[in-house]
Amino acid sequence: MSLTNETIKAKLSEKFGDQVSDFQEPYGLLTFESPKEMNLKVLQFLYDDEALRFPFLTDLTAVHYPDKAGKELAVVYHLHNLIDNIRIRFKVFTDINSPDIFTATQLYSSANWMERETYDFFGINFLGHPNLKRILNVDEMDYFPMRKQYPLEDQTRIDKDDAMFGR
Amino acid sequence: MARPVRFNIHPIPADTKDSISMVNMPEGYTGEGFFATKLSDVVGLARKNSMWPLPFATSCCGIEFMATMASHYDLARFGAERLGFSPRQCDLLMVMGTIAKKMGPILKQVYLQMAEPRWVMAVGACASSGGIFDTYSVLQGIDQVIPVDVYVPGCPPRPEAILDGFMKIQDLVGEERLRRRNGERYKQLLESYGIQ
Repeated sequence: MSLTNETIKAKLSEKFGDQVSDFQEPYGLLTFESPKEMNLKVLQFLYDDEALRFPFLTDLTAVHYPDKAGKELAVVYHLHNLIDNIRIRFKVFTDINSPDIFTATQLYSSANWMERETYDFFGINFLGHPNLKRILNVDEMDYFPMRKQYPLEDQTRIDKDDAMFGR
Repeated sequence: MARPVRFNIHPIPADTKDSISMVNMPEGYTGEGFFATKLSDVVGLARKNSMWPLPFATSCCGIEFMATMASHYDLARFGAERLGFSPRQCDLLMVMGTIAKKMGPILKQVYLQMAEPRWVMAVGACASSGGIFDTYSVLQGIDQVIPVDVYVPGCPPRPEAILDGFMKIQDLVGEERLRRRNGERYKQLLESYGIQ
Protein backbone atom coordinates (compact mmCIF):
# COMPACT_ATOMS: atom_id res chain seq x y z
CA MET A 1 0.00 0.00 0.00
CA SER A 2 1.96 2.96 -1.19
CA LEU A 3 1.53 6.46 0.00
CA THR A 4 -0.57 8.83 -2.11
CA ASN A 5 -1.03 12.57 -2.15
CA GLU A 6 -4.54 12.13 -0.74
CA THR A 7 -3.25 10.22 2.28
CA ILE A 8 -0.61 12.84 2.98
CA LYS A 9 -3.15 15.61 2.66
CA ALA A 10 -5.64 13.81 4.96
CA LYS A 11 -2.95 13.13 7.56
CA LEU A 12 -1.78 16.75 7.57
CA SER A 13 -5.32 18.12 7.80
CA GLU A 14 -6.11 15.72 10.60
CA LYS A 15 -3.03 16.79 12.58
CA PHE A 16 -2.93 20.53 11.90
CA GLY A 17 -6.47 21.43 10.80
CA ASP A 18 -6.65 24.91 9.31
CA GLN A 19 -2.97 25.57 9.95
CA VAL A 20 -2.01 23.83 6.70
CA SER A 21 -3.76 25.27 3.70
CA ASP A 22 -3.72 25.94 -0.02
CA PHE A 23 -3.22 22.35 -1.16
CA GLN A 24 -2.36 22.11 -4.85
CA GLU A 25 -0.98 19.43 -7.09
CA PRO A 26 0.84 21.07 -10.00
CA TYR A 27 2.32 18.28 -12.15
CA GLY A 28 1.30 15.81 -9.47
CA LEU A 29 3.55 17.33 -6.81
CA LEU A 30 1.60 17.95 -3.62
CA THR A 31 2.15 21.55 -2.52
CA PHE A 32 0.85 23.26 0.60
CA GLU A 33 1.66 26.09 2.97
CA SER A 34 1.46 26.89 6.64
CA PRO A 35 2.10 29.90 8.88
CA LYS A 36 5.81 30.47 9.31
CA GLU A 37 5.73 29.78 13.08
CA MET A 38 4.54 26.27 12.28
CA ASN A 39 7.30 25.31 9.88
CA LEU A 40 9.30 23.17 12.32
CA LYS A 41 6.19 21.46 13.71
CA VAL A 42 5.03 20.48 10.23
CA LEU A 43 8.51 19.32 9.19
CA GLN A 44 8.93 17.33 12.39
CA PHE A 45 5.57 15.66 11.83
CA LEU A 46 6.46 14.80 8.25
CA TYR A 47 9.79 13.42 9.42
CA ASP A 48 8.54 11.38 12.37
CA ASP A 49 5.16 10.06 11.30
CA GLU A 50 5.18 6.30 10.72
CA ALA A 51 3.20 6.50 7.52
CA LEU A 52 4.65 9.67 6.03
CA ARG A 53 8.42 9.19 6.60
CA PHE A 54 10.02 12.16 4.89
CA PRO A 55 13.63 11.97 6.12
CA PHE A 56 15.25 13.68 3.17
CA LEU A 57 15.32 17.41 2.41
CA THR A 58 15.98 17.64 -1.31
CA ASP A 59 15.93 21.37 -1.67
CA LEU A 60 15.42 24.53 0.29
CA THR A 61 15.15 27.91 -1.33
CA ALA A 62 13.16 31.12 -1.34
CA VAL A 63 11.04 33.11 -3.76
CA HIS A 64 10.43 36.83 -3.71
CA TYR A 65 6.90 38.02 -4.55
CA PRO A 66 7.14 41.84 -4.36
CA ASP A 67 3.38 42.30 -4.89
CA LYS A 68 2.16 40.12 -2.04
CA ALA A 69 2.01 42.62 0.84
CA GLY A 70 3.06 41.02 4.11
CA LYS A 71 3.92 37.71 2.38
CA GLU A 72 6.74 38.88 0.15
CA LEU A 73 9.18 36.07 0.78
CA ALA A 74 8.32 32.40 0.46
CA VAL A 75 10.63 29.74 1.84
CA VAL A 76 10.17 26.48 -0.04
CA TYR A 77 11.07 23.04 1.29
CA HIS A 78 11.19 20.05 -1.03
CA LEU A 79 10.92 16.75 0.84
CA HIS A 80 11.41 13.21 -0.39
CA ASN A 81 10.05 9.99 1.01
CA LEU A 82 12.71 7.49 0.03
CA ILE A 83 10.64 4.40 0.86
CA ASP A 84 7.49 5.16 -1.13
CA ASN A 85 9.35 7.48 -3.51
CA ILE A 86 7.04 10.45 -3.10
CA ARG A 87 8.02 14.10 -3.13
CA ILE A 88 6.17 17.05 -1.64
CA ARG A 89 6.65 20.79 -1.56
CA PHE A 90 6.03 22.85 1.56
CA LYS A 91 5.96 26.65 1.66
CA VAL A 92 5.96 29.23 4.41
CA PHE A 93 5.57 32.94 3.74
CA THR A 94 7.10 35.81 5.63
CA ASP A 95 7.09 39.59 5.70
CA ILE A 96 10.15 41.09 4.03
CA ASN A 97 10.60 43.52 6.92
CA SER A 98 11.02 40.72 9.46
CA PRO A 99 12.28 37.74 7.49
CA ASP A 100 12.77 35.48 10.50
CA ILE A 101 12.20 31.76 10.06
CA PHE A 102 13.15 28.93 12.37
CA THR A 103 16.05 26.90 11.08
CA ALA A 104 15.57 23.29 10.02
CA THR A 105 19.19 22.35 10.70
CA GLN A 106 18.34 20.37 13.85
CA LEU A 107 16.04 18.19 11.78
CA TYR A 108 17.89 18.01 8.46
CA SER A 109 21.67 18.46 8.41
CA SER A 110 21.47 19.22 4.70
CA ALA A 111 19.56 22.39 5.55
CA ASN A 112 22.76 23.99 6.84
CA TRP A 113 24.32 25.08 3.56
CA MET A 114 20.99 25.48 1.79
CA GLU A 115 19.83 27.92 4.46
CA ARG A 116 23.11 29.79 4.17
CA GLU A 117 22.53 30.06 0.42
CA THR A 118 18.95 31.23 0.96
CA TYR A 119 20.22 33.82 3.42
CA ASP A 120 22.92 34.84 0.97
CA PHE A 121 20.55 35.51 -1.92
CA PHE A 122 17.24 36.42 -0.25
CA GLY A 123 18.19 37.59 3.24
CA ILE A 124 16.02 35.11 5.13
CA ASN A 125 17.15 35.20 8.74
CA PHE A 126 17.11 31.59 9.93
CA LEU A 127 16.74 31.74 13.70
CA GLY A 128 18.99 29.24 15.47
CA HIS A 129 21.20 28.47 12.49
CA PRO A 130 24.70 27.49 13.73
CA ASN A 131 26.64 29.52 11.16
CA LEU A 132 24.44 31.94 9.24
CA LYS A 133 26.84 33.78 6.93
CA ARG A 134 27.22 34.19 3.19
CA ILE A 135 28.22 31.05 1.33
CA LEU A 136 28.53 31.94 -2.37
CA ASN A 137 28.84 35.70 -2.67
CA VAL A 138 31.66 37.86 -1.37
CA ASP A 139 31.47 38.54 2.36
CA GLU A 140 31.51 42.32 1.81
CA MET A 141 28.24 42.28 -0.12
CA ASP A 142 25.64 44.38 1.72
CA TYR A 143 22.48 43.42 -0.17
CA PHE A 144 20.58 40.30 -1.18
CA PRO A 145 20.92 40.05 -4.95
CA MET A 146 18.02 37.75 -5.83
CA ARG A 147 15.38 40.07 -4.39
CA LYS A 148 13.37 41.62 -7.16
CA GLN A 149 14.09 45.26 -6.35
CA TYR A 150 17.36 44.66 -8.21
CA PRO A 151 16.40 44.66 -11.88
CA LEU A 152 18.08 42.56 -14.51
CA GLU A 153 20.64 44.15 -16.76
CA ASP A 154 19.59 47.40 -18.42
CA GLN A 155 18.74 46.34 -21.97
CA THR A 156 19.47 49.81 -23.38
CA ARG A 157 23.07 50.09 -22.34
CA ILE A 158 25.44 50.57 -25.25
CA ASP A 159 28.87 50.35 -23.63
CA LYS A 160 28.97 46.66 -24.45
CA ASP A 161 28.70 46.11 -28.16
CA ASP A 162 26.32 43.42 -29.35
CA ALA A 163 28.59 42.52 -32.23
CA MET A 164 31.34 41.59 -29.81
CA PHE A 165 29.30 39.74 -27.22
CA GLY A 166 26.80 37.95 -29.42
CA ARG A 167 23.66 39.29 -27.79
CA MET B 1 49.18 -11.30 -47.75
CA ALA B 2 49.56 -7.63 -48.48
CA ARG B 3 47.73 -5.34 -46.14
CA PRO B 4 45.22 -3.18 -48.02
CA VAL B 5 46.32 0.09 -46.46
CA ARG B 6 49.95 0.85 -45.85
CA PHE B 7 51.29 4.04 -44.37
CA ASN B 8 54.85 5.19 -44.01
CA ILE B 9 56.41 2.25 -45.68
CA HIS B 10 58.90 4.55 -47.34
CA PRO B 11 59.25 7.37 -44.81
CA ILE B 12 60.87 10.54 -46.08
CA PRO B 13 63.46 11.95 -43.72
CA ALA B 14 62.51 15.37 -42.42
CA ASP B 15 64.09 18.23 -44.31
CA THR B 16 65.06 20.68 -41.60
CA LYS B 17 67.66 22.51 -43.64
CA ASP B 18 65.73 25.73 -44.28
CA SER B 19 62.72 25.28 -42.04
CA ILE B 20 64.24 26.20 -38.69
CA SER B 21 63.71 29.86 -38.02
CA MET B 22 66.29 31.78 -36.11
CA VAL B 23 65.83 35.04 -34.29
CA ASN B 24 67.37 38.04 -36.01
CA MET B 25 70.34 39.67 -34.38
CA PRO B 26 69.65 42.96 -32.66
CA GLU B 27 71.05 46.16 -34.16
CA GLY B 28 74.63 46.83 -33.26
CA TYR B 29 78.23 47.28 -34.36
CA THR B 30 80.03 44.26 -35.46
CA GLY B 31 83.65 43.74 -36.34
CA GLU B 32 86.31 41.11 -36.25
CA GLY B 33 85.80 39.15 -33.03
CA PHE B 34 83.34 41.53 -31.41
CA PHE B 35 79.72 42.57 -31.51
CA ALA B 36 78.44 45.56 -29.56
CA THR B 37 74.78 46.28 -28.88
CA LYS B 38 72.46 47.54 -26.19
CA LEU B 39 72.10 45.34 -23.11
CA SER B 40 68.34 45.84 -23.10
CA ASP B 41 68.11 44.40 -26.63
CA VAL B 42 69.96 41.26 -25.64
CA VAL B 43 67.99 40.82 -22.44
CA GLY B 44 64.74 41.47 -24.30
CA LEU B 45 65.69 38.97 -26.97
CA ALA B 46 66.38 36.31 -24.39
CA ARG B 47 63.26 37.05 -22.39
CA LYS B 48 60.81 37.19 -25.25
CA ASN B 49 61.90 33.89 -26.69
CA SER B 50 61.74 31.98 -23.45
CA MET B 51 58.50 33.07 -21.83
CA TRP B 52 57.09 30.92 -19.07
CA PRO B 53 53.33 31.32 -19.16
CA LEU B 54 51.17 30.59 -16.15
CA PRO B 55 47.71 29.55 -17.35
CA PHE B 56 44.95 30.80 -15.06
CA ALA B 57 42.09 29.10 -16.86
CA THR B 58 38.63 29.25 -15.33
CA SER B 59 36.29 28.47 -18.21
CA CYS B 60 35.83 27.99 -21.95
CA CYS B 61 38.74 30.23 -22.99
CA GLY B 62 40.88 27.75 -21.09
CA ILE B 63 39.74 25.03 -23.49
CA GLU B 64 40.83 27.17 -26.42
CA PHE B 65 44.14 27.66 -24.66
CA MET B 66 44.55 23.89 -24.37
CA ALA B 67 44.17 23.73 -28.15
CA THR B 68 46.71 26.54 -28.49
CA MET B 69 49.12 24.67 -26.30
CA ALA B 70 48.70 21.33 -28.03
CA SER B 71 50.50 20.06 -31.09
CA HIS B 72 48.30 21.58 -33.79
CA TYR B 73 48.86 25.24 -32.87
CA ASP B 74 51.86 24.58 -30.62
CA LEU B 75 52.61 27.51 -28.37
CA ALA B 76 56.07 25.99 -27.93
CA ARG B 77 57.05 27.38 -31.33
CA PHE B 78 57.19 30.78 -29.68
CA GLY B 79 59.62 29.75 -27.02
CA ALA B 80 56.95 29.06 -24.45
CA GLU B 81 57.62 25.37 -24.27
CA ARG B 82 57.39 25.17 -20.52
CA LEU B 83 54.09 26.12 -18.92
CA GLY B 84 54.69 26.70 -15.28
CA PHE B 85 52.01 25.91 -12.78
CA SER B 86 53.69 27.80 -9.98
CA PRO B 87 53.43 31.60 -10.10
CA ARG B 88 56.89 31.93 -8.57
CA GLN B 89 58.52 30.47 -11.66
CA CYS B 90 56.49 32.23 -14.32
CA ASP B 91 56.64 35.60 -15.98
CA LEU B 92 53.43 35.70 -18.02
CA LEU B 93 50.06 35.38 -16.33
CA MET B 94 47.43 34.30 -18.86
CA VAL B 95 43.97 34.86 -17.40
CA MET B 96 41.42 32.92 -19.41
CA GLY B 97 37.80 32.90 -18.43
CA THR B 98 35.25 34.54 -16.18
CA ILE B 99 36.66 35.89 -12.96
CA ALA B 100 34.01 36.14 -10.25
CA LYS B 101 34.34 38.89 -7.68
CA LYS B 102 35.13 36.27 -5.08
CA MET B 103 37.99 35.06 -7.28
CA GLY B 104 39.42 38.60 -7.58
CA PRO B 105 41.59 38.54 -4.42
CA ILE B 106 42.93 35.11 -5.37
CA LEU B 107 43.92 36.33 -8.83
CA LYS B 108 45.65 39.28 -7.22
CA GLN B 109 47.48 36.98 -4.83
CA VAL B 110 48.70 34.86 -7.74
CA TYR B 111 49.89 38.03 -9.44
CA LEU B 112 51.73 39.15 -6.31
CA GLN B 113 53.45 35.79 -6.02
CA MET B 114 55.03 36.22 -9.44
CA ALA B 115 58.47 37.72 -9.50
CA GLU B 116 59.29 40.86 -11.51
CA PRO B 117 59.41 41.23 -14.43
CA ARG B 118 55.88 39.94 -14.99
CA TRP B 119 53.31 40.42 -17.72
CA VAL B 120 49.59 39.81 -17.80
CA MET B 121 47.42 38.79 -20.73
CA ALA B 122 43.61 38.90 -20.47
CA VAL B 123 42.24 36.29 -22.86
CA GLY B 124 38.62 36.54 -23.94
CA ALA B 125 35.71 38.87 -23.35
CA CYS B 126 35.13 37.83 -19.73
CA ALA B 127 38.65 38.41 -18.51
CA SER B 128 38.86 41.66 -20.47
CA SER B 129 35.49 43.20 -19.60
CA GLY B 130 33.19 40.79 -17.83
CA GLY B 131 31.79 39.70 -21.18
CA ILE B 132 28.17 38.63 -21.24
CA PHE B 133 28.14 38.44 -17.45
CA ASP B 134 26.83 41.88 -16.57
CA THR B 135 26.00 40.80 -13.09
CA TYR B 136 26.58 41.35 -9.40
CA SER B 137 28.91 38.41 -8.98
CA VAL B 138 31.35 38.86 -11.87
CA LEU B 139 34.36 41.13 -12.03
CA GLN B 140 33.94 43.50 -14.98
CA GLY B 141 37.43 42.93 -16.35
CA ILE B 142 40.52 41.80 -14.48
CA ASP B 143 42.10 45.23 -14.95
CA GLN B 144 40.08 46.26 -11.92
CA VAL B 145 42.39 44.08 -9.83
CA ILE B 146 45.72 43.79 -11.64
CA PRO B 147 47.39 45.72 -14.47
CA VAL B 148 46.96 44.07 -17.88
CA ASP B 149 49.42 44.28 -20.78
CA VAL B 150 47.51 42.67 -23.64
CA TYR B 151 43.79 42.01 -24.13
CA VAL B 152 42.64 39.30 -26.53
CA PRO B 153 39.07 39.79 -27.74
CA GLY B 154 36.69 36.98 -28.61
CA CYS B 155 34.18 34.77 -26.90
CA PRO B 156 36.13 32.55 -26.82
CA PRO B 157 39.05 33.70 -29.02
CA ARG B 158 40.37 31.23 -31.53
CA PRO B 159 43.84 29.79 -30.93
CA GLU B 160 45.16 32.11 -33.66
CA ALA B 161 43.94 35.08 -31.63
CA ILE B 162 45.62 33.80 -28.50
CA LEU B 163 48.84 33.31 -30.46
CA ASP B 164 48.51 36.84 -31.82
CA GLY B 165 48.12 38.13 -28.27
CA PHE B 166 51.14 36.14 -27.26
CA MET B 167 53.17 37.68 -30.07
CA LYS B 168 52.05 41.13 -28.90
CA ILE B 169 53.33 40.22 -25.45
CA GLN B 170 56.61 39.13 -27.04
CA ASP B 171 56.90 42.53 -28.74
CA LEU B 172 56.33 44.28 -25.42
CA VAL B 173 58.86 42.09 -23.68
CA GLY B 174 61.46 42.56 -26.39
CA GLU B 175 61.16 46.34 -26.40
CA GLU B 176 60.99 46.88 -22.67
CA ARG B 177 63.60 49.22 -21.24
CA LEU B 178 65.65 47.74 -18.43
CA ARG B 179 64.79 50.50 -15.98
CA ARG B 180 61.04 50.52 -16.58
CA ARG B 181 60.25 48.37 -13.56
CA ASN B 182 62.24 50.68 -11.28
CA GLY B 183 60.68 53.85 -12.63
CA GLU B 184 58.27 56.29 -11.06
CA ARG B 185 55.51 55.59 -13.57
CA TYR B 186 55.57 51.87 -12.97
CA LYS B 187 55.47 52.50 -9.24
CA GLN B 188 52.45 54.75 -9.70
CA LEU B 189 50.75 52.10 -11.83
CA LEU B 190 51.19 49.48 -9.13
CA GLU B 191 50.13 51.89 -6.42
CA SER B 192 46.92 52.59 -8.31
CA TYR B 193 46.18 48.88 -7.79
CA GLY B 194 47.20 49.01 -4.15
CA ILE B 195 50.35 46.96 -4.75
CA GLN B 196 53.52 48.05 -2.94
